[in-house]
Order: sequence, then structure tokens, then C-alpha cells
Amino acid sequence: MQIVIVGCGNVGGSIARSLSKEGHDVTIVDNDIQEVKDLSVELDVMAIEGNGSTLDVLLQAGVQTADLLIATTESDEKNILCCLLAKKAGTKNTIARVRNPEYKKEIEFIKEELGLSMSINPELSAAAEIARLLKFPTAIEIDTFAAGKVELLKFEVTSESPLSGMALKTMHKKLNTDVLVCIVERGTETLIPNGEFVLSEGDKVSVIGTGKKASLFFKAINLNQGKVKNCMIVGGGETSFYLSKMLIQSGVDVKIIERDKKRCEELAEALPEAIIINGDGSDKSLLGEEGIESTESFVSLSNHDEENVMMSIYAKKVNPKAKLITKVHRSAYEDIIGDMNLGSIINPKFLTAEEIVKYVRAMSNTVDSDIEALYQINQGKAEALEFIVKDSSALTNKPLSELNGKLKPNVIIASIIHKGMVETPNGSSKILEGDRVVVVTTETGFSDISDILE
Amino acid sequence: MNKSIIRYILSRVLQFEAVFLLLPVIVSLIYKEKDGICFLIVSLCALALGTLGSRFLPKSKVFYAREGFVTVSLSWILISLVGAIPFVITGAIPSYVDAVFETVSGFTTTGASILTDVEAMSYTCMFWRCFTNWIGGMGVLVFIMAVVPLSGSHNMHLMKAESPGPDVGKLVPKVKDTAKILYGMYMGLTGVLIISLLIAKVPLFDAFVLSFSTMGTGGFGRWNASLGAYSSAVQTIVIIFMILCGVNFNAYFLIIKGKIKDFFKIEEIRTYLLILLAGAVIITLLVRGNYSSYGEAFHHASFQIASIMSTTGFSTADFDLWPTLAKTILVCTMVIGGCAGATAGGIKVSRLLLLFRTIGRELSHLTHPRSVRKIRMDSQPVLEETIKGVQSFFIAYAILVILSTIIVSIDNFDFQTSFTSVISMAGNIGPGLGMVGPTGNYSQFSDCSKIVLIFDMLAGRLEIFPMLVLFYAGTWRKS
Repeated sequence: MQIVIVGCGNVGGSIARSLSKEGHDVTIVDNDIQEVKDLSVELDVMAIEGNGSTLDVLLQAGVQTADLLIATTESDEKNILCCLLAKKAGTKNTIARVRNPEYKKEIEFIKEELGLSMSINPELSAAAEIARLLKFPTAIEIDTFAAGKVELLKFEVTSESPLSGMALKTMHKKLNTDVLVCIVERGTETLIPNGEFVLSEGDKVSVIGTGKKASLFFKAINLNQGKVKNCMIVGGGETSFYLSKMLIQSGVDVKIIERDKKRCEELAEALPEAIIINGDGSDKSLLGEEGIESTESFVSLSNHDEENVMMSIYAKKVNPKAKLITKVHRSAYEDIIGDMNLGSIINPKFLTAEEIVKYVRAMSNTVDSDIEALYQINQGKAEALEFIVKDSSALTNKPLSELNGKLKPNVIIASIIHKGMVETPNGSSKILEGDRVVVVTTETGFSDISDILE
Repeated sequence: MNKSIIRYILSRVLQFEAVFLLLPVIVSLIYKEKDGICFLIVSLCALALGTLGSRFLPKSKVFYAREGFVTVSLSWILISLVGAIPFVITGAIPSYVDAVFETVSGFTTTGASILTDVEAMSYTCMFWRCFTNWIGGMGVLVFIMAVVPLSGSHNMHLMKAESPGPDVGKLVPKVKDTAKILYGMYMGLTGVLIISLLIAKVPLFDAFVLSFSTMGTGGFGRWNASLGAYSSAVQTIVIIFMILCGVNFNAYFLIIKGKIKDFFKIEEIRTYLLILLAGAVIITLLVRGNYSSYGEAFHHASFQIASIMSTTGFSTADFDLWPTLAKTILVCTMVIGGCAGATAGGIKVSRLLLLFRTIGRELSHLTHPRSVRKIRMDSQPVLEETIKGVQSFFIAYAILVILSTIIVSIDNFDFQTSFTSVISMAGNIGPGLGMVGPTGNYSQFSDCSKIVLIFDMLAGRLEIFPMLVLFYAGTWRKS
């Protein structure tokens, strides 16, 4: 695919590296000629120097025929402008990095009205990843769809699990949960189960649902051990803010230590439920006073890699049982830090690059179709497809129970997103025009939502 | 220095040369000549060696600029040494030094010959001789890159070391695709030339070999009289294609993309065409007396200047007999050469433009000592690094010419011969003045001079620094 990346700082560079390794035709654009040159020597990409938010430079980069443009300059406004220009000039898909949380609404609007395909926020991605690590035990694998609104969680059914020997149609009543079992791996087989399906020990089950519903579900099947009740965060940046919000929502007590007084006040205003401490997170006595010995989890999110590593080493020493998460920006040292056994390492730019590579992979599989996104599950044995329902058809405006028997086998309607609200489908759910629908299937070759009908 | 990857790439290069060597074998089958067997044997040996050497993948994929430089210069030396062997075995050129001279002259698209009687050569050898012109024009490694990836993402280092010009850019994001497009355009133009020549009633074999040497701006001819052996219609076709091949091939990509206007806006191409036109007009006036009409004088003047400036080296007239001013103009265009990114040699028009602009800036700096000015090219500011590169290139070029002239002078030929032969070799042109003029050749030089001239040809084709890197101790040091 022909891909243009505007802005090749940390995040842009990582994205360029990953995409060029995947074999795409990458063109990079940046104001800083040295940056562009260095990258074009390291990678097999085309380099263009100039302001990526001007039409001339964009045309020179070939946006008229590009399949995708990714704008990752330091300015949100520039990124949005760049994407709008590219979209109008003919680029098929555009992705903008937008960090400022104040633009959240505007982004949704631009996405709907002006055709921005995706917005990325490295800080938000990092926060979501950390929250996931803290919220779920390590036995669970997680994938997200529909801009993080829907999660697919995979776990193994153990002999003690209440799920063992349970038929799926009775699951909702017995456990009082609202998630959907959409894939079961039994031995080497990958199955799409129906209501009569009975789970047994050793099955690897994937359920789909929102984060909140999933956490209730795991509570009901006693798989929630490992979930932390409180969290100490050092550093009060954007990541810290997003993370605190997510943790508070799922009932975790949050304590943030931040050096800057003014930032503390901002945080205190935005996060009334969190405890905000104004002080130096690398100060031993302060950490002791705030209870580093007893906290269940410790997240170091300061802006200095070295400081984060040192704090995690200290936390490990005084509180070996706590879950540790360390943010590191420079990827070169990841191996060394990994050897030090400091819990999970989070690298925001790497996460963002990974997210985009996933998107691009899905995109190259869905050229010329109505598929909004495609995710491969279990090494490509199953696919989750995200459709936007554009116009009315045999599927729309009627309860799903009426479609019984009309669907192809091995297809399941896993999620309906109606005006941004995620609904786990049941017999009475309806698909309306404009909804996003996630379909999970082991078949391939779908290009339109109506393809799921016989 | 990652020696194993260099070994690997050199082996791949050898494999490709083995394939190229099969082409003359096909020719020998058509013309039922025995020489084909010699080419076949050399080809098989090269294939065996190349396959053996590339059997083990390099341990480390590390590939930086210095590996790029070393690989490119060693590849060129290697293909020349191997490509010369068939000439010796077939007996076409008995001395190995002479054979290497001829082959290097071919690959570097110089077109200088040590043969006193070209016409005695077999079809098979003639084909190989002219084919080296063609493949050397666009570059051997560029060709290989279009077919197989050599060293992953660091292919750019190879392309930079092999392609002429102060600043090598890509046409499309991937090196491999860029190489494919370049060779695509090159082959396309070659095809057009072959067909045009056939229409002008040139025999099939001549059409092929003439096209090869014209497209590569090489200048190996089939006849002792060079292009004088063909009709003026054929000469006119050749003039057009020589001029075309002196133009940056990257610029043709603009035409393919439908931006014809942008093509003529490129300052380098404008200057190149302007120099050609001015040179042709002045020489026409100077040599009017030697010919029966202005038309004929212009025909020969423009042929000679196009041939020299595009560094091809064909001739239709013995310009050694022309007035001194005409000869001086020709020697100047020898130094300038064609555009960057063309198959031509010389210091390149774009470098000349940048040098003049640097002088302009220096002058403005003398009158306004605190002035800050950016040198521009096609209205884009040029990096100081590029300007520095151009200056050091020019100095290195001058030193190379001076030192080589000193060594060649040991043979005690007249100054004009010694000096223009070096200029002609370093610029990959072919003929010089005096004894090495259009009717002369390089056979009288001693082996020592020939080796110096061989070095000059390679240094000229690879733009000096890749060759010098080989002799720089720091390149070979462990750390």
C-alpha cells in the first residue's frame, strides 16, 4: 500500500519503521531536513522535506493516489488540517494523532462528517494498555475493536470454573452477565458456538463485550483474582490522567504523585476521586509516607526513563508483591530493562505503531469493500469484521430473532454499536441504519454486511 | 566492516555477470562462431564461483555507507577483471592488461579502445564489448537491485555509491521499484532507438550494438571510422539519442507522470541544452570552411559536441584537425559532461551550476560581509552539506587529473595527448586530442599508463570517492 507519514519524530519514526518492514511504499514528510534524511538512510522510504500541512508538499508526497495518510506532527491542529487536505486531495484513509482531550468531541464530528478514519493518541493507548494490565489477571488475552469500545477477551476454562459443562444458552441467566461467547478453540479446531454449545474443561473461550461488562463477567466466573484495588502513580502527565480516569471508573483507588504544583491543581480539579500528592516521586521518604510498602500496584510515568526505572527498582525492593508498570520511551534499552524483571514495560510510541500496523494490515485485506475494519483472531483462523450499515436491507429494522436460520453457519453478530453505545445483541436487538456492527466468523471473503445472510 | 555481506553481494554480482556472459554465447550460435565456447566456459566458471560464494548467507546484515562504497567499487573491479577474460581466451585481445582496459572502458561507458583494427573482431566479442557499454550505463548493481534485494533496507547505500550526481534521490519509496523504473525507461528508450535504426536501414546486428553504445553513452563502435560509416540520417538519430542519454533519467519520470512542463523547468536540463546549442553554433561558425555548406558544418559540429558532452565519444569527423578554439570548447564540455543521474560521465552540469553559484555567493559575501544567502537549485535551497560535497568532488577530480597526467607523461608523448587522454578517461568520454584523437587509440601507452587510465575510468564512473575509499586505511580498520 502507498502510505504517507507526515511528521517523523518519535511516533512517526516508529510507524515508518514498522510499515516499511511490512513492505509498504512509505513516503515520509517532515520540516526537519536532518530528521528526514536520517530516516531515509535507515529505511527504504521516500523522504520529502517541507511543511506537511501545505497542499504543495502533500501533492509532492503523492496524496492524490495514497491509500493512507498518517499525521503525527507535534501539533493536533496541524495533524487535523493535514488529514483534511489529504482526504480532499484523494487519499483514501487518513489517521491523525490528536492528543488534547478537549478535542474529543470535535474528532468524533470530523470522523463522521469529513471522513477521518482514525485518530491516535499515544498517551491514551498507553493508559488503556496499563489499565488493562491492572484490571485483568495475566491469564487473559485482550484485543480491542471499534476504537477501544469493544473488547475481545480470551481465557481458558479450568476444571473449577463454573463454565465447565455449561450450555451457552443458560449462561446469561445463571451468571447474570451480558457478554457474548463468540469463539471457542477446542484442540486444534476453532468454532463459532451456538446456544446449544456446551463448554468443557480446556476450551479456550473468547468473549466479546465492553470493558465494564467483561470485568463483571470475570468476577462471576471467579477469574478476577489479580485485579488490583489501589494504584500509586508517579508523574501526572496526560497518560497519568487518562489512566486515573479509567481506573477510577472501574473502582480502583488512585494516588498520583506529581512534582508541579500547578499541574496538581489541574488534576485535583479534573479527578475529584483521586488523591493528588504534590511532591517528588523519587523521594524515598515521600514514597514511604504515601505507603509504597502496601500499595497493590505501582506505575511510574514520569518523563524520564531513568527515573522511572530507578523508582520501579526501589518499589520492587520494598514491596515485592506489588504489580509494577514502568514507562520507557527509548526502545533501545528495553532488553536490558526487561532483564531486570521490573514487571510490565510500556512504550507509548511502540504501542501506537503497533496499533497502526494492525489497522494497516486489516486495511490491506479490506480494499474495495464495506468493511470498516478487520481483525484477525487466533493467527487468522477467525476474523472479526466491523461494518457500517449504510442503508436498509433484509437485516435492518427487525429483531435479530427473526433472522434465526437465515444467517450463514459459523457467523455470529457479536456487537452492535448504536450512536456510540455498545450493545450485546440478543433476540430482541435491532440493527439500524448508521450502526456499526461487529461480526465474528471463521469464513472469509465477506465484503458487505448482507453477505452474512444465506 | 562487515566483510561477509560484501562477499555475499560480490558473489551475487558474479552470478549476474555469468548470466550476461550467456548473451554473447547466443550471438555466437546465430553467427556460428567458435568464440561462444570461450564465453560459455567463463560464464560457467563465474556461475560456479558466484553460487559457491552466495551459498552462505552473511552472518550479520549490518550495512552502512562504507560497506556500500566498498561493495560498489569492488564489484566494478570484479566484473571488469572477469569480463576481460573472454577477450584473452578468444585471442581477440592477447594481453590481459589490454583486455581489462577494453572491458573497463566498456563498463564505465568510456569507449576508449586499445584496438587498432576494430573490424577484425568477431560478432561475439563485438556484442560483448558493446553490451558492457549498455549495462555499465545505468549501473550493474542498480540492475541487480531491480531483480533481487541485496541487503534489505540499506540498498540505498549501494544506489548512492553507484549513481552519478551530487544528490541521489528516489523516484518511488522503494529502492527496488526505483531501480525497476530506471531500467524500464532505459530499456524502453533502447527499444525505440533500435527500431529507429532499423527503419533507417541499419543492419540488425549493427542496430543492436550501436544502440547499446549510444544508450550507455559508451561509444564503442563497430567500424574503424566510428559513426562515419553510417548515413547522415543514422547520425542524426544518434545525435538525438546521445543528447537524450545525457539528461537525468529521473527527469523522464516526470514526463511519464505527465508533467512535461516541469521537465523543462529543471535548471540542469536547461543549462545542459543551452551549452549544447551554444557549443554547436560556435563550432559551426569556426569549421564552416572545412565543409561545403552551413548545414553540413552544423550537422558535424552538433554531432561532435553532443557526442563529447554526453561523454559518448562517437565521431563523424576528425575534430583533431579543427581550429584550436573548437578543440578547447570540446575539451571543456569533456570536463562538464552530462546531467546528474544520466548515463553520461564528467563532473555533471548540476555540479557546475552549484560551483558557479558558490562563487557568486562568495562575491556577494565579499561586498556584504554579513550577508546570509542560501544557494538555490530549481528554487529549492541546497543543503550546505551538498555544496561541500560538490566542492570536495571538484578538488578531488582536479587532483586526480593532475596526478594521472604526471604519471602518463612518463611515456613521453606530447602534452596535449597526455592531458586530454586523462581528461577523456576521467570523464568517461573515449577520444581525446592528438594521438588519442578520433582516429587514434590507446594502444601505444605503456602498461603502467594503461593501469593509471583504468583507475581513472573507474574513478570517473563511480565519481571518485568510492574508489578512494578502498585506499583509505580507516575503511579497513576493525572498529
